[in-house]
Order: sequence, then C-alpha cells, then structure tokens
Amino acid sequence: MDRNNVLEVKDLHVSFHTYNGEVQAVRGVSFEEKKGETVAVVGESGCGKSVTSQSIMRLIPQPPGVFKHGEILFEGNDLTKLPEKQMEGIRGKDIAMIFQDPMTSLNPTMTIGKQIMEGLVKHRKLGRAEAKEKALEMLRLVGIPSPGSRIDQYPHQFSGGMRQRAMIAIALACAPKLLIADEPTTALDVTIQAQILDLMNDLKEKMDTSIILITHDLGVVAETADRVVVMYAGKVVETGTVEEIFNRPRHPYTWGLMGSMPRMDLSRDTELTPILGAPPNLLSPPKGCPFASRCPHAMKVCKEQMPETTDASGTQRVACWLEHPMAPSVEIPHDLVGGASK
Amino acid sequence: MGRYVLQRMMYMLITLWVIITLTFFLMHSMPGSPLQHEDKIPVELKEQILKQYGLDQPLPVQYVKFLGNLFQGDLGTSFKYDGRSVTELILQGFPASLQLGLQATAVGVLFGLLLGCIAALRRGSWVDNTANIFSILGYSVPNFVLATLLAYFVGVKLGWLPVGLWHGPEYSILPSISLAVLVIATMARYIRTEMLEVLGQDYMKTAKAKGLSARTAITKHALRNALIPAVTVLGPLVINLITGSLVVERIFAIPGMGWMFVDSIQIQDYTVIMGVTIFYSALIIVTMFLVDVLYGIIDPRIRIGGVKE
Repeated sequence: MDRNNVLEVKDLHVSFHTYNGEVQAVRGVSFEEKKGETVAVVGESGCGKSVTSQSIMRLIPQPPGVFKHGEILFEGNDLTKLPEKQMEGIRGKDIAMIFQDPMTSLNPTMTIGKQIMEGLVKHRKLGRAEAKEKALEMLRLVGIPSPGSRIDQYPHQFSGGMRQRAMIAIALACAPKLLIADEPTTALDVTIQAQILDLMNDLKEKMDTSIILITHDLGVVAETADRVVVMYAGKVVETGTVEEIFNRPRHPYTWGLMGSMPRMDLSRDTELTPILGAPPNLLSPPKGCPFASRCPHAMKVCKEQMPETTDASGTQRVACWLEHPMAPSVEIPHDLVGGASK
Repeated sequence: MGRYVLQRMMYMLITLWVIITLTFFLMHSMPGSPLQHEDKIPVELKEQILKQYGLDQPLPVQYVKFLGNLFQGDLGTSFKYDGRSVTELILQGFPASLQLGLQATAVGVLFGLLLGCIAALRRGSWVDNTANIFSILGYSVPNFVLATLLAYFVGVKLGWLPVGLWHGPEYSILPSISLAVLVIATMARYIRTEMLEVLGQDYMKTAKAKGLSARTAITKHALRNALIPAVTVLGPLVINLITGSLVVERIFAIPGMGWMFVDSIQIQDYTVIMGVTIFYSALIIVTMFLVDVLYGIIDPRIRIGGVKE
C-alpha cells in the first residue's frame, strides 16, 4: 500500500442476496484516497456509491450483503476481513461518517451532548466531565451558538443545518483520519448547503482529515473536491482531478452528466441534455459496458465486452472503448470543452 | 408543569364525577332492590330498614346526600356486612388485588419486552415464529378461559399449585399468569414491530458508525425509542388488567376487590357498588395520567403541555 494513501479500494465487489436473486451493487470498484485529499464519488442514484462508502465502514447489513471480491486497505488492514471487534475500534475513531439526512440520523431521545460524548468515551477513554468538555469544544468548532445550553438539548430543538453541524461534531470528535460524507448537503437548503461545505473544508484543513464525498451534485464537487471518481452501474467509469473531469471529461457518461447540469455560462435558452434511458438492472448486469445501451457513441464491441481501464494521463483513467487506438475518434461535445468547471 | 398538573387534576375530578353520576342512576335503575330476596322480613321491618339507609327518599335527594357524604370522605356502610364501612371493606380487599395487579404488570412488561426484543433481533428465526404464535394466542384467548384451564391442569391435574384462595405467595402465581399473558402478548407484539422499525432507522447507523458495539447500540439507542409506542398501550393494558382481575379473582376465589365488586352487584349492595366503582375509576384515571407523564419522560419531544424547559 502506497504510504501517501490513506485508503485503497481494490476491485471491490459487493452483492446483495434478495428474493429476486443476487443484486451486484458494486462490481469492481477501485480508487485510492491520498492524505489530506477530498475525493468526490459521483453518479446517479443506484450506481453503488453509497454501497461503496458503507462498505468501507462495513455498515452494510450482512446478510443480505456480501463482499464477493476485492479489498479495502486502510493502514495495512483489509477492512473487508477485519474481525468485528477491531472494526468497532476503527469506526468513529479512524474513519467517521456523515449521513445524508440530519433529520433522521440523530437519536431523537438522546441529548446532542451525549451523542457526541459516546464516541469520545469509547475511543478516547475519557471520563464524563472530560468528554463533556470536549463535546462543548466540538460544538463550538462546528459553529453552534451558545453551545453551553445547546449541549443539553435534544435533536428536535435543532434546525436542519444545526443538526448537520452536530453530526459533523459527532463524526470529527475523535479526529478521524478519514471522513466519509454521504450526500451531506442533499437534504439541506441551498444556503445552508454552502455553509456546511465551507465548514467541512475548513475543518478538513484544521484537523488534517481526508474526505470521501459521496454526491450527485456536481456543483458541490466543483467546490470541494480534489479528485473525482465517476461511478455507473456499480463500476468506476472515469477518475481524474477536478480540472480533468470538468474540463476534459473523456467518458461519454461523464459527458452526459456534465451536459445535464445547469450552467451559469450558457444562455437561458440552452436546453439541458438529459441522458436518455435508465441504468441497467443490476440483478443481471450486461456483460459489456453498462452504459452502452444509453451511449450515443456505442459500438458493437461495447455491448459484448467490458472495456479495460486505461490511463489517459498520469491522473486520469477511463474505462471506455473509445480510448482504444482502433476506435473512431469522437469529439467531446463542444459546449463542454473547458467550460463546465466555471 | 405545575399548571398542567392542576389542569389535569380538574379534568380527572370532572371525569370521576360523571362516572359517579352515571353509575348512581344506572345502579338504581336495575330491577329489584337490596331486600328483594329477603321474603321472611315483615313489610314494616323492610320499610324501617329502607328508611335507615335512606332508600325511601326520592332518587335526586339520595344522590345529593351521597355526594355530600362523599365530599367528607364517607362512602357509607355496607348493606350486606352490617355495620362495616365501605372504606373498611375496600381497604381489606385492596392489598390482594394490588399485589395481583402489580405482579401481573411486572411479569407482563418484563417478559413482553424480552420476548419482543428477541423476536425482533432474531427476525425470521424459530424464536421469532414461536413468539409470534404465542402473541396471537395470548392476545385472543380471554383471561377467564386461561384462568380456568390453568386452574384445572396445573392446579387440579398436576397439583403443582393451589387452585384457589389466598394464603401466601404460591397462591398468587396462577392468577398472576392468567392476567399477565395478555400483557406479555401485547407488549411483545408492539416491541417487536417497533424494534424492527427502530433498527432500520438512520440513527442506528450513526450509532454503529461511532464504533458502538451492536449490544450498546441496541440498549442505548434502540430500546428507548422502541419503548415509546409500547408506553401508550401500557395505559389501556393496565386498565384491562384491573377489569380482568374482577373475573380472575372470582375464579381463583381471591378475597380481593374484584370479587367484592361482582358480589355487591349481584346482591345490589348499593354503597359497596358505588364505593368500589369510585375506587376503580380513580385508579384508572390516575394510571392514565401516570402513563402520560411517563410518555413525556421517555420521549423528550412530548414534554408535558408543550412547556419548554
């Protein structure tokens, strides 16, 4: 494992056994997270991004979930195989998580303070008084006004934005090395979204934490991420730095994502181009490229064989037959060239 | 909070008054009179006795008099047990009924909770299925049927436990079980459903993501949330227990209030009927009040009267 990497996910396969059969939610996902980096995992609903993130924390209920193949390396340990007891020692201490909906992810019958203190008591072996002191400090850090009285309040006495701040306080209480944020702003007002993102960026610098940001909001990606992992139907179709993905996307699915995003630099009359069709059913995924059926540039080979992932630059990797030397050259849709990040 | 309690007390008193009034007039509209079976008493004597108890006066007068006495804490004297006050009779019968009620509630809540939790955590296993069948049975078999069966098989056939009467702890086992089964069944069903719901909640994931063990997550985060709806049914359940004990006490010949109540209605012992009714009603009203308070304690979102601390 590379010493600069906090986390390496290698060829991860996760399936769920359901009444209808095996749903292959994640089918060979690989990416790495460097120290201090923010990696955004993007893709539409059901592409496996949440399953990937919950696999890292091993929060997937097993059964019905199964790790079929691959590994998740964190500090030399393969998290897919670690005994549960050791996993408990990592959750909340080394890797923490923020969830999508702050309205439901806090326990309604426990005070905010106690919910922050739990992790501290468990991982830092702090006494009640010390833990409370630290919890107060965390509330102050995430910008909750008058933390002294807020600490004894219950979640229903907090607004949505405040709750997400409290969630961040819980997640960061033990100063984790890696923070996984699963759509942390999706359930919030747009104005609050920006505040929460700023707070996360700010705390990332202060606490030297690496972040995996799961989102389908490309605006959020542009604002916070260093690198982007684009997922589709349980596979990584393209990875690269933010600049690469926004300025020179190479995979037709990434083009589709960019094209369906509203942009400030285009005139109001420009229509958004949606990606037509629906993602394949992961109960019986296609043997070729999963995007082939929706891809305007699909060739015969696309439907028959999954393309290899190839390096487009030192940092950008794409899994598409168009990268093959024998493929016809297809131009990037011209309105995407160099513009999408602005 | 103080204002809320005071307000609730007022409502409770009004409820009680309505019950008293209804019972009073219903009771007097029953055919017959306390002396209807006493054929051997001469008519003059009958009239004298009726006069002594004030039963010769018009109903509204009797009603006002009764309320007046009630305000002074006087429930009158029993017709059947000559010279013994109703208060005295109630105090005599109450300990046995109280013990029975408390035992049944404690056993019912404890085992119901346990059964419900285990069923939820081992969802789909044989434990869960057994618990479900037991719940449905316990829910649908009336307690007097169960009491009779228990008395017959455990008491008479096997001879393990006394069939009736009230002379020590072992005498309370069968009647307590007869009453507790409904509580166990109801609690288990509610807790199971609720537990399953709670286990799927996002905050359980948060708890796990903090590194808490499954056990800690369940005891500290799931249980309290799963209890909230169970508490709401606890009120009606306890009331069910109280009314159920009327019959069960009779079956096991326990000298409690239940028996006294049934007995007094059959012989139209007016003062005892009124006394016991008031007592039971007050008990139920207070129980419901306590359940409301408990509800607020368990669920911080429902702090009493919407008062912010």
